[in-house]
Amino acid sequence: MNQPVNPTDLQLDDDGPLYAAQKKVYPQSVSGTFRRTKWGLMAFCLGVYYLLPFVRWNRGLGAPDQAVLIDLPNSRFYFFFIELWPQEVYYFTGLLIVAALTLFLMNAVGGRIWCGYLCPQTVWTDLFYAVERLIEGDRRERMRKDAAKGTMKLERFAEILLKHSIWLMIAWWTGGAWVLYFNDAPTLVKQLVTFQAPMIAYIWIGILTATTYLLAGWMREQVCVYMCPWPRIQAALTDEWALNVTYKYDRGEARTSLKKANELRALGQPVGDCIDCYQCVAVCPTGIDIRNGSQLDCIQCGLCIDACDTVMNKIGRETRLIGYDNDINIHRRAAGKPPIYRIVRPRTVTYAVMIAAVGAIMLYAMLTRTLLDINVLHDRNPVAVKLADGSIRNAYTARLLNKRGFDRVIAIDVDGPVNAALHVVGADSVTQDRPMIVLARDTTTELRLLVTAPAESNPAKSIPVRFRVTDIGLGEVASVTDHFVAP
Amino acid sequence: MTEHSDIDHVSGRSTTGHQWDGIKELNTPLPRWWVITFYLTIVWAIGYWIVYPAWPLLRSHTTGIWNYSTRAEVANELANLEKIRGDKMVALGAAPLEEIEKNPALLALARARGKTVFGDNCAPCHGSGGAGAKGYPNLNDDEWVWGGSLDQIMQTIQFGVRSGHAKAHEGAMLAFGKDGILKKDQIVTVANYVRSLSGLSTAAGYDAAAGKKIFAENCTSCHGDNAKGNQELGAPDLTDKIWLFGSDEATLVETISNGRAGVMPAWVDRLDPSTIKALTVYVHSLGGGK
Ligand code: SF4
Ligand code: SF4
Repeated sequence: MNQPVNPTDLQLDDDGPLYAAQKKVYPQSVSGTFRRTKWGLMAFCLGVYYLLPFVRWNRGLGAPDQAVLIDLPNSRFYFFFIELWPQEVYYFTGLLIVAALTLFLMNAVGGRIWCGYLCPQTVWTDLFYAVERLIEGDRRERMRKDAAKGTMKLERFAEILLKHSIWLMIAWWTGGAWVLYFNDAPTLVKQLVTFQAPMIAYIWIGILTATTYLLAGWMREQVCVYMCPWPRIQAALTDEWALNVTYKYDRGEARTSLKKANELRALGQPVGDCIDCYQCVAVCPTGIDIRNGSQLDCIQCGLCIDACDTVMNKIGRETRLIGYDNDINIHRRAAGKPPIYRIVRPRTVTYAVMIAAVGAIMLYAMLTRTLLDINVLHDRNPVAVKLADGSIRNAYTARLLNKRGFDRVIAIDVDGPVNAALHVVGADSVTQDRPMIVLARDTTTELRLLVTAPAESNPAKSIPVRFRVTDIGLGEVASVTDHFVAP
Repeated sequence: MTEHSDIDHVSGRSTTGHQWDGIKELNTPLPRWWVITFYLTIVWAIGYWIVYPAWPLLRSHTTGIWNYSTRAEVANELANLEKIRGDKMVALGAAPLEEIEKNPALLALARARGKTVFGDNCAPCHGSGGAGAKGYPNLNDDEWVWGGSLDQIMQTIQFGVRSGHAKAHEGAMLAFGKDGILKKDQIVTVANYVRSLSGLSTAAGYDAAAGKKIFAENCTSCHGDNAKGNQELGAPDLTDKIWLFGSDEATLVETISNGRAGVMPAWVDRLDPSTIKALTVYVHSLGGGK
């Protein structure tokens, strides 16, 4: 595919500056399967992002009723029916692992489809392009207007102003929606418009407005090509089976104009399907020529497929001269063999199994998650104390967690040394010889537990001791095992 | 820039002229915004050098133009912390001692504050967890030389023991040997008697009756007829299992011969009232408090 270059075509940029000026890309509008898919996914992603904070979820009195809420002051994370505590951040670790594996799986199946359809950079840039196209017109018009820079008319100035205003508005809303995830959305919206919101909210909106505007309005494909690490990583992860946007050069070459091709074909000469119309280049949001082979700059958006399909339909040739294809088929077709596609293969199966495994572990942890819990830390200094009557006492610091949305009465018991007595510093009462404590809703409480073994029980150097907390009302039980140590 | 107009014939791009293992590096310049960002960071760094203390000089360092120092920042933060804590510590100071243990918020504050203050001031003698050492009482157990109620603990922390403060606990174990009150063999006898009081073994052939008699004549005035001690005088209970200086015969002989008079400093002039309160509650909640 890479032909030696004619020396006269070489660009000698040795004497150029240290930097390469950004080449402005003017993607042309296009329609087709992939464009429609992209519109759909964009609407879905943006819809979720902008509207999710307003979805309500009833969690009972006093608890936030926002479906998705990151409550930083109280260190709680709410996601519909799930409420996570700081000590459960491992769910996020699990989620990140699943996300990474999913990305690997997507890559093994369809190359950089994440980049082309779902990456926020792509989604917002696409949206910004749509605005630009709406105001300034399509590719040719924008190129013409930009070329006529020197003679800028008022009308043109208004256009540019309008474009940037809309961009900034979208960017502002992007930042605005972001902060809504951290506070009750309707309240915060009210505060924002009356300038009563906390400073930090405005700062974050400012930051996200700036980044959105710069990244989606100005940097665009530069982010994908120069800033994003994913293309480098995925290049190492991909294999010959992965479906990538590919120009089927075995079918397209030798390119020549439509007229000439027909003539040559009539003469029975070999000629390709590509008519060198450059439509695939014109629509590409990163401004590359996919006919040069798969390359790092390609975000796999499939728009060139739509463009070329349109051309192929027009000239009455088979579509998908550019299409999702893999390396193997290029060679198979060249050898006259039928193409094969293999989604199920060791690599994809491994990823899928790993995703399923991590998912299952998370699901299990989620389902068996306790709403009443006790953690215990044995006093280190001193580990054991001898009392006046010769009995031995160990002290523990216990942390009790009540993850339910209401206060509850908890009894604390100990199983350990024979006849051991339990004293709880700060217990609310002792009923039927059991220390009782009221656990406030949705909080943790720290207690000091003193376990005293009578002298005659003569505990060995170290024996297991088990603390049990019982919800008197619900009968829920949690327990933890530690050690009772003799001096 | 250079004379290498060396061209890579596959890509048609010029190379940098650098070559490793036969592989040439394409000349791929960075985009302009990237280069500008890089230069801006350099400018930013120079600004940093000027604004903040940065350069070490022979004896000191450049101080910057904003008078910034991390030390001052820490001092500020500490002052802020005190301000935030202020109200709560005032509430703690106002609450009666008994109330503090019943109020979970105050108890948590007192224990947290008490623990830090204990670590700073008391740990050198009593150990970081209050486990004590020879001559330094274990604050986790239930034997209290000067009493283990909240008020008594606070009294001891405030004024100390033999500290020189007017209100300090006074009273010391007499030096029966050094001062010639008892003879060497009498001391050994009474030491064995004392061991028998708390159920410890006695030396072979020791005269229990004589020991009891010596004890009755010399020791009961402080330790009581039943040897249960007297907290007014700081006289320990001799029948229990806890020994401040040790319970073996040699140690007891030493104690009886030369007396004991450990010192606990008075903290009333060094710690503010609410801090002493927090410390009291903390020590009391270690588990031995009465
Ligand atoms: S080459 Fe095609 S798939 Fe790749 S970025 Fe350009 S238009 Fe999208
Ligand atoms: S759009 Fe299709 S036909 Fe036109 S240049 Fe690209 S590959 Fe060739």
